[in-house]
Amino acid sequence: MIASNLPALQVVVPLISAPICAMLGRGRTAWVLTVAVSWTALAIAIALLIRVETGGVIDYEMGGWAAPWGIAYRIDYLNAFVLVIVAGIGAMVAPAALQGIATEIAPERQPRFFAAMLLALTGLLGITITGDAFNLYVFLEIASLASYALVAQGPDRRALMAAFQYLILGTIGATFILIGVGLLYMMTGTLNMADLAARLPAVAETRTIYAAFAFIIVGTGLKLALFPLHMWLPNAYAYAPGVVSAFMAATGTKVGVYMLARFVYTVFGAPFAFDTMPLGQILMPFALLGIVVGSLVAIFQDDIKRMLAYSSVAQIGYMALGISFASETGLIATIVHLFNHALMKGALFLALAAVSLRLGKTDLTAMRGLGRRMPLTMAAFVAAGLSLIGVPLTAGFVSKWYLVKAAIEAGLWPVAVVILGASLLAMIYVWRVVEVAYFRAPAANAPAAVEAPTTMLIPILILAGGGIYFGIDTEVTVGIARAAAMALLGTSP
Amino acid sequence: MSAEIVGAEGLTLAALLTPWIGAPLIWLARGNTNRREAVTLITAVVLVGLVLALYELVAAGARPTLTLVDPLPGLAIAFTVEPLGMLFALIASGLWLVTSVYSIGYMRGHHEENQTRFYIFFALALGATIGLAFSGNLLTLFIFYEALTLSTYPLVTHHGDEAARAGGRTYLGILLSTSIGFLLLAIIVTASYAGTLDFVPGGILAGTAPNWVLGVLLALYVFGIGKAAVMPFHRWLPAAMVAPTPVSALLHAVAVVKAGVFSVLKVVIYVFGIDLVAEIPMSHWLAYVAAATILIASIVALRKDNLKARLAYSTVSQLSYIVLGALLADSWGIVGGAMHIATHAFGKITLFFAAGAIYVASGRTRVSQLRGLGRAMPITMGAFLIGSLSIVGLPPFGGAWSKWFLLFGTLDAGQYVFMAVLLVSSLLNIFYLVSIPMRAFFSAPDPDLAGQGEAPPLCVAALVVTAAGCLALFLFPDALYRLLLPLVGL
Repeated sequence: MIASNLPALQVVVPLISAPICAMLGRGRTAWVLTVAVSWTALAIAIALLIRVETGGVIDYEMGGWAAPWGIAYRIDYLNAFVLVIVAGIGAMVAPAALQGIATEIAPERQPRFFAAMLLALTGLLGITITGDAFNLYVFLEIASLASYALVAQGPDRRALMAAFQYLILGTIGATFILIGVGLLYMMTGTLNMADLAARLPAVAETRTIYAAFAFIIVGTGLKLALFPLHMWLPNAYAYAPGVVSAFMAATGTKVGVYMLARFVYTVFGAPFAFDTMPLGQILMPFALLGIVVGSLVAIFQDDIKRMLAYSSVAQIGYMALGISFASETGLIATIVHLFNHALMKGALFLALAAVSLRLGKTDLTAMRGLGRRMPLTMAAFVAAGLSLIGVPLTAGFVSKWYLVKAAIEAGLWPVAVVILGASLLAMIYVWRVVEVAYFRAPAANAPAAVEAPTTMLIPILILAGGGIYFGIDTEVTVGIARAAAMALLGTSP
Repeated sequence: MSAEIVGAEGLTLAALLTPWIGAPLIWLARGNTNRREAVTLITAVVLVGLVLALYELVAAGARPTLTLVDPLPGLAIAFTVEPLGMLFALIASGLWLVTSVYSIGYMRGHHEENQTRFYIFFALALGATIGLAFSGNLLTLFIFYEALTLSTYPLVTHHGDEAARAGGRTYLGILLSTSIGFLLLAIIVTASYAGTLDFVPGGILAGTAPNWVLGVLLALYVFGIGKAAVMPFHRWLPAAMVAPTPVSALLHAVAVVKAGVFSVLKVVIYVFGIDLVAEIPMSHWLAYVAAATILIASIVALRKDNLKARLAYSTVSQLSYIVLGALLADSWGIVGGAMHIATHAFGKITLFFAAGAIYVASGRTRVSQLRGLGRAMPITMGAFLIGSLSIVGLPPFGGAWSKWFLLFGTLDAGQYVFMAVLLVSSLLNIFYLVSIPMRAFFSAPDPDLAGQGEAPPLCVAALVVTAAGCLALFLFPDALYRLLLPLVGL
């Protein structure tokens, strides 16, 4: 019974735990519940992935209502993998959250914080698991509203402005997606993604479908912060509480990229998106611009949190670029990078959350001499930073390898040069931190910093260690990415 | 025979692992400096023993191979010990032992800080060098190439002051940007065209791509292997001279720079194949760049008053000898280039040892301060003379052989311009290297040299050993020569 209803439990468990969390009086109790729920969600996600690997695609009908009328969940390699990424990051961030918000959020507001975090997790898992376009929009709103609330709880008053900016742009994005889905429903009479994919070719050559496609691409572009629709991201990440930045950077944009891949390849289909519509010609330049501009701006940031936010804009460019190639290698690069980037950005932002806990700030001057005072945290930061650069034997190298390979297979040498050139920009912004942390003596009046608390340190080390492990043993990640890419392109083995 | 092969693979693995095991042991022994240094020395001795045992097998024709893991499907971290790598591993491990002896004298005589960190990263750098020497495909080579860059960064910036940071920035900036921007691109392009990255005698690229693509690819390799210091990507080498002298001696006269030219030779022999390189018009142009590097770096060296900077530019110039030898695409050029890895290593490490000994004993760093020092430090200056004569290429020192073969290669390939470049460069060598010991011996000493003696005994012992090595390479080149002939199918 439980085994067959795992797809529903994946979403329902965090959903019903959220209001319980909000009703709990103490932050610590709410935290224990959040940790338990996030680990349960991870266990369910892994179980689902194993079932997809052994038994193929899972179709699940919510409440037993058959597909076109009821809500159908459909889990294949791609979303099973994304579920593991989202739930895995949730399971890493949740234990660190109690200490992470200790100085940033007042005790009486902490239960509500954890409730918002569980709701965000619910929304992200729901977007990923559902096979219904309207249901996707519903979960998108759940995730977004929870995220606005999470960002607004940042310690700095500017967090409110950042949350407002995020709210406006996020709502525009969600609305665009809703308009697009509505147009699709108008033309096909269905909201089920599989049905949409079957019926769209018959009506594809109409202006309504063109418009629907444009609305959905721009809407998801806003959600995943594709350059130049990224304006909400740097402020949101920079002013949100440290653990929220870690959670959102490692999951939110990943789910956005997943939505883009799902709409482009499953719903509309690659021939429509790339031949009928000029998606490749639009996505690729913006992805490349995002990579270059994001990396360049990151170099000039003095607040390391903001620096990592701009780095995320660049990394999202890498993922969008992989999609724009419309090739198997390109998709492998995108899907592998979803996972690898979640590992490294999770580690980096969590390490910064620990730094912020100890020092109260995360700017470059505050981090002087930190290599000796927080050796393990900073070692993890360097390891994840090397992965961001794409040094061999780190996960980032694997992503970059496939991305460059895809560019060369497509005959686009200049694109390959841009990808590798951006690695050098990443090297510059990562090394600024390394030099300051290891070669500068701390300022005389700097607060005495000690190593991060254990509940934060362990997740940081697991994520950073994972960034190295999955750079050496890529059988699981690349294997799943390849299977997912083949399924998306319809070349299933 | 099969038992021997199993033995050879075991030896390969042991040689690869020894430095990586030594590094944590050095950390464990950090409490007692004598014990810590003993661990370094024992690790070096074990490594030399293993490499020598491997040499016997490889010289007899064995090619032990080893596959560890597959980080990318179809692309393994794999090792194959072949003659060129054998030669490189022999030199790196042998000179590590000598340098360890020297470093103990130098670091203690100079009261350096953070010595444990120094010895640990030294061992790690050697581990990366051995991995690079034994690498069986381009991916493995690239991984250890980057590991070598990263593990030497803390050594270059050892002093931790503003100069060290600036030098380290240049070092890392140039080496990482060339390797990621050009070398990695070249490797991925190679993988796309050839479908494999294995080192295969005769190359893997022939007939897979049009000549212009191969030409671009060769240029990406030559410039992407920044450690070979072909101009304009040579700036990192003088910048690395902020490091303590033992680092400059072993890493920036032997391990790191030779890793660069070694990689160039590997690419020419095992990825392109000599015949293909001879066909590509681009290789001719690149040979001109190498020739220009030889001359320009020599002229810059002439104008440097800082002794280590002068030696650094001399290294830049000498490295391009080897690159030129490879790009001649001629059997004798390859043999000469490979032998130059060995002979230049012994000559240049002697010079750096001497420079460090002078610094530790007298605090002098500039060429103009060395007048008359020969009488105060006769052994050091005598060794300096031997090292510089070997680099010029005069008998009875090892450098004579490699220069002989390189010149023979230019003749064989009919490239008289390059022959002229090599001869002019030898003349320049005499001006900027041999003049130093000459002035030290024959000018009147500075008045403040009274009471000046030799450096600590460990330093002097090390440089005597390497100077003797220069002589030994001239008297017994056979071992090297016979090891290298299979490279060119002779």
